[in-house]
Amino acid sequence: MSEQHQTVPTTAWSDAPVEYMATRGLFKSYQKGDIGIPVLQGIDMSVYQGEFLSIVGQSGCGKSTLLHLLGTLDQPDAGEVHFEGNRIDNLPNASRDLLRNRHFGMIFQFYHLLPELTTLENVLTPALISESTLSYWAHRRQYRKRAEQLLEMVGIGGRAKHKPRELSGGEMQRAAIARALLLQPKVLFADEPTGNLDRSTGEQIMQMLRELNAEQKLTIVMVTHDAWIAEQADRIVRLAEGRLEVTNPERKPGLIA
Amino acid sequence: MYKILLCLRYLRTRYIALICIVSVTLGVATMIVVNSVMAGFTHEMQAHMRGATGDIVFRARSLDGVPDAEEHIAKIRDLLGSSVAGISPLVEVPALMYFETSGGTQTRQIMLVGIDKASYSGVSNFGEYLQHPANRQQLSFELRDGGYDVYDHQVEDPTELKPRIQMQGAGWAYRRSVALAKQRRQIYEANLLKQNKVESPSRTLDPFAAQAAANEEVGERDFNAFTEQHTGIVLGLGICSYRNLDGSETFQALPGSDVRVSFPTATLPAQISNGFYTITDFYESKMGELDASYAFVPLRQLQASRGMIDPTTGVGNFTSIRIKLKPTFDASVARDLLRNEFPSGMYAISTWKDQQHPILQAVQVETLVLNVLLFMIVAVAGFGILAIFYMIVVEKTRDIGILKSLGASSHGVMGIFLGYGLSLGVVGSGVGLALGLQFQKNINAIAHFLSRMTGQDFFDPSVYFLPEIPTRVDPITVTWICLGAILIAVLASVMPALRAARLDPVRALRYE
Repeated sequence: MSEQHQTVPTTAWSDAPVEYMATRGLFKSYQKGDIGIPVLQGIDMSVYQGEFLSIVGQSGCGKSTLLHLLGTLDQPDAGEVHFEGNRIDNLPNASRDLLRNRHFGMIFQFYHLLPELTTLENVLTPALISESTLSYWAHRRQYRKRAEQLLEMVGIGGRAKHKPRELSGGEMQRAAIARALLLQPKVLFADEPTGNLDRSTGEQIMQMLRELNAEQKLTIVMVTHDAWIAEQADRIVRLAEGRLEVTNPERKPGLIA
Repeated sequence: MYKILLCLRYLRTRYIALICIVSVTLGVATMIVVNSVMAGFTHEMQAHMRGATGDIVFRARSLDGVPDAEEHIAKIRDLLGSSVAGISPLVEVPALMYFETSGGTQTRQIMLVGIDKASYSGVSNFGEYLQHPANRQQLSFELRDGGYDVYDHQVEDPTELKPRIQMQGAGWAYRRSVALAKQRRQIYEANLLKQNKVESPSRTLDPFAAQAAANEEVGERDFNAFTEQHTGIVLGLGICSYRNLDGSETFQALPGSDVRVSFPTATLPAQISNGFYTITDFYESKMGELDASYAFVPLRQLQASRGMIDPTTGVGNFTSIRIKLKPTFDASVARDLLRNEFPSGMYAISTWKDQQHPILQAVQVETLVLNVLLFMIVAVAGFGILAIFYMIVVEKTRDIGILKSLGASSHGVMGIFLGYGLSLGVVGSGVGLALGLQFQKNINAIAHFLSRMTGQDFFDPSVYFLPEIPTRVDPITVTWICLGAILIAVLASVMPALRAARLDPVRALRYE
């Protein structure tokens, strides 16, 4: 069984793209007083395994909302979200929590590190959440080692004991990426990951994401309003007025830096 | 796991929350101190009351008593069986006591108690309260040569109190010195009379003349005060002593002094029986009321003086029987058994608790009210925790969103804040516990220090009849206090924790 499990993605990757995540007729509106403001009005889209997808659009077009729906942080008013062929938007809370914890990684524009914890502890947070106290204690060395390796990988190995407020923006985003990768997620959601960074730091972060996509075959869904940043992805979808405008329907070959 | 980590981190980094647990700490500490002092008082009081009266008081309603203690005792033993640990008959009668001081004769109202030397120590702690070590071992109504306690033997650290220097000389030596002084005065006055050849005015001047006259009345002309004593009497320590402002005590009579006691006989109409007694020891139960009024004499002697002995059978009347029960036996059960058997028109039967009910009740109510008030303080602290937690939840809104985006469940987030409340409660009551126990341990030193600082005596031994503030820590009470404080802290954190759990992660992430 495990053999089959391993072979399926590789063959899929090599040739025909496998639909990894999909949305079917997603609707979402926000309530402002008595008026409902529609944000998403029927989104049908697919995310293929191993691809680096950009969602671009103007501020307020609903791209973050779409990302939140994909990441099960929010629930749609209508429509469905699928992951690996299973509908995930209507799962009970506990299952969605588990999905976010084990299968999805998330990074944000404002990094969202916990200010009370050190960088290393921040990276360890997903493991702290998923494990009970006892089993975490039993595996603490493994997790610690993995977190240290990840920090090394994102280039801030020397900052493990520092609190977030002692880090620069780029370093915080690197720590956030390390945190998102701790439990080896299947999909990484990035919400304006460079939105708060200067150009060169933003490029470094993008470089890192591209490497992750290319070397580890990590599926990445990124939201941005910056066309240049969006260009770095394999594929771009544009969101305007709650609907998708497919600007780049053909799939580019894997962009390897 | 993240819950524990975050709780501990928040505990260390949010000083404002630490401030709000100070009130929990103070509340817990105060409750522990108040309860231990109240329990100490109650315990001390109960121990003394019980020690002084025995478990059950079986009293004849008539002051003249009823005949035949032996028969009654046999019947009581029959009823209560093996639960009786000790039993002893008494004769109690109100009396007047006269004694000589340098300022003249003083009169006291006392309760004269005739006790059976052999059995009385079996029902009360009478022996422990005496001032001569040998009498504590084996009560005797014979005057001792000396060796009466100068330091109070019932206090753990007697050096804290002023020594009773006068007691050093008490005993036969004192008796002889008094007798010598009296003899000299008599000789001197006789000489004076001879020289001046006037009618004697000394009958009013000399306080001992009254005694001499009394001796004549009762036909004790050849009584030799140097070598003989009257019937022994054990006086309550408070009857002829008083406490000075500096805490020392002055005795107006000592073991070896003679006193005169008048009481009604049990005949009809009552006569006044006058008799001389020699103080052989003092009795100090630390219960002011008892110490200031009770005086003990041999039972048989008192029965004879009051005419309570049937001349034909030799059987004496008694006015009460004291019963001590084995510790496991409930005194009120025994009381009810006795009440069923003996006609209540003739006998009043009560337990030691019944007798001291008003005081015990008052102390109990006082403790209860204090506890309620103090617990209110802790409850108020709870509202402080609630407000501050609410603030922290608002402040931490984004962090809660982050945790949820990383897969933390609502329960988990709630757990952080409940755990935070719990740890605040534990820390608060833990520190309070330590503080309270330390305070309780050093309460006398603290009271002493405060009295010195303010010049006001916080604990006047002459008011409380206790040398220092008694304390007694009841582990169960302490446990309840701590649990209650922790519970309040947890309850106060429920509302903020619920709010945190219900936060929408998307909004929380956007929260600035």
